[in-house]
Amino acid sequence: MLVLDRVGKTYPNGVHALEGVSLSVSPGEIVAVVGGSGCGKSTMLRAIAGLDAPGRGCVALDGTPIAAPHERIGIIFQEPRLLPWLTVAGNVAFGIGHLPRADRDARGAAALARVGLAEKANAWPRELSGGQAQRVAIARALVPQPEVLLLDEPFSALDAFTRADLQDHLLALWADTRPTLVLVTHDVDEAIVLADRILIMRPRPGRLFEEIAAGLARPRDRRSDAFDAVRRQVLDALDRSLDRAAVAAI
Amino acid sequence: MAAIESSVIVGTAGAGRRRPGHLSDRLKGPALGLLLPVLAAVGWELAVRLGWSTGRLVPPPSVIWETFVQLARGGALQPHATATLARVAIGFGAGVAAGTLVGAATGYSRFLSRLLDPTLQALRAIPSIAWVPLFILWLGIFEASKVTLIAVGVFFPVYLGVMGAVASVDRRIVEVGRVFRLSGPQMVRRILLPAVLPSYVIALRSGLGLGWMFVVAAEFMGASQGLGYLLIDGQQLGKPAQIVTAIVAFAILGKITDWLIVAAARPFLSWEDRFAGQGAR
Repeated sequence: MLVLDRVGKTYPNGVHALEGVSLSVSPGEIVAVVGGSGCGKSTMLRAIAGLDAPGRGCVALDGTPIAAPHERIGIIFQEPRLLPWLTVAGNVAFGIGHLPRADRDARGAAALARVGLAEKANAWPRELSGGQAQRVAIARALVPQPEVLLLDEPFSALDAFTRADLQDHLLALWADTRPTLVLVTHDVDEAIVLADRILIMRPRPGRLFEEIAAGLARPRDRRSDAFDAVRRQVLDALDRSLDRAAVAAI
Repeated sequence: MAAIESSVIVGTAGAGRRRPGHLSDRLKGPALGLLLPVLAAVGWELAVRLGWSTGRLVPPPSVIWETFVQLARGGALQPHATATLARVAIGFGAGVAAGTLVGAATGYSRFLSRLLDPTLQALRAIPSIAWVPLFILWLGIFEASKVTLIAVGVFFPVYLGVMGAVASVDRRIVEVGRVFRLSGPQMVRRILLPAVLPSYVIALRSGLGLGWMFVVAAEFMGASQGLGYLLIDGQQLGKPAQIVTAIVAFAILGKITDWLIVAAARPFLSWEDRFAGQGAR
């Protein structure tokens, strides 16, 4: 169980990024966090990852406080962040450098095959397309078999087709070991396709505003009426979170 | 993000790594580079042969070659070249070691940078040749003062290059290291070293260039051996061919040592996503 208890953060420059965020995520649950830019969603994710310690409150995984990056928590960033001097296989195995070479190679190759890029093992990152590079980044994050996987707008830099493709792919990967996923996104459809629960955040300071259960069976059809209803619900909540009058349904 | 993205795009468009170099491409590179010097040499040789110039102050290539062979056969050139090479090697080694250590420390730590960098920048502003009288007073006129001068000349470009490279390693890549909980030494070996290597090679090359420059200055200030001594000797005895021979020897040694650095680094840099070779062809 991943627990955030009244987490708050004020940056040294005085920006009040996060205030009183409390949240519990069960093992294997998929939670999406949406909100306007500057609502503190990335700050929250970095606090869970242990990259930036929260100023107030605490983050705990199964009772262990998280103050630094933890082996049971993985993260995928908006950009692939592959190391350009390692081959694709070297990048995928980067996080398990402490294992014996044979294990490393086997687990790396398995992860690479799982994201459909086995034939790219010896390629350099510069030879990959944007979608392929992000798939390598996903493989790299999954290789150490984290219990919690954090995703910071992971597909926002990709075109719409690649994005939908990778969303489905991520769900297939998730089904293998069922890690907890916490996904930050500004793409409402992406949140609804992936998440069990959608949290809407509100800015200045960033705090949780509303929670919506997706309640849709998987696999989800992006064109169904039920999907549309959830989309309308989320958009309404987003409007209210920004103190805008609800825009008439699309 | 933009940097990573664009590199990905360039990579897919170029996909240059496995494309076999055409034979004509491989021949064209060196041949093209030789065109100008060969033309100049042939032109000057003809000008002297045809009597347009006496070639007394600027000897033609044939005379230089003769002097070169004479000096080499008499066994005079090798000790001079060896003496100069040894000075450059020791001075360069010391300068690179100090520049790398101090540069890495100031690039890594803001505190050390604020403590050391202002002083070092002030020292850098002093023309290195200005130290010569002090070095001679402190260290004598023999090898120690010469090697020190070369080391000082090499230190600054290496220091600047390493400091700049370490300080500008992409924060997002370092964060990947943090996510996978690399220890300090692992972070240096697996992230920082490979990230700074391309800039480091450039810093080494400019340091080496300055090393060759300062070895001449050092040998001007009183040496009985070395290519710089051959220059002074040629001036005092009015032997321009000997001067040009020494200059050519400098050019050859400088080019070879520079090539050695490039060749040694090449296997570690094949990952680079470079403009040269794709854009500048």
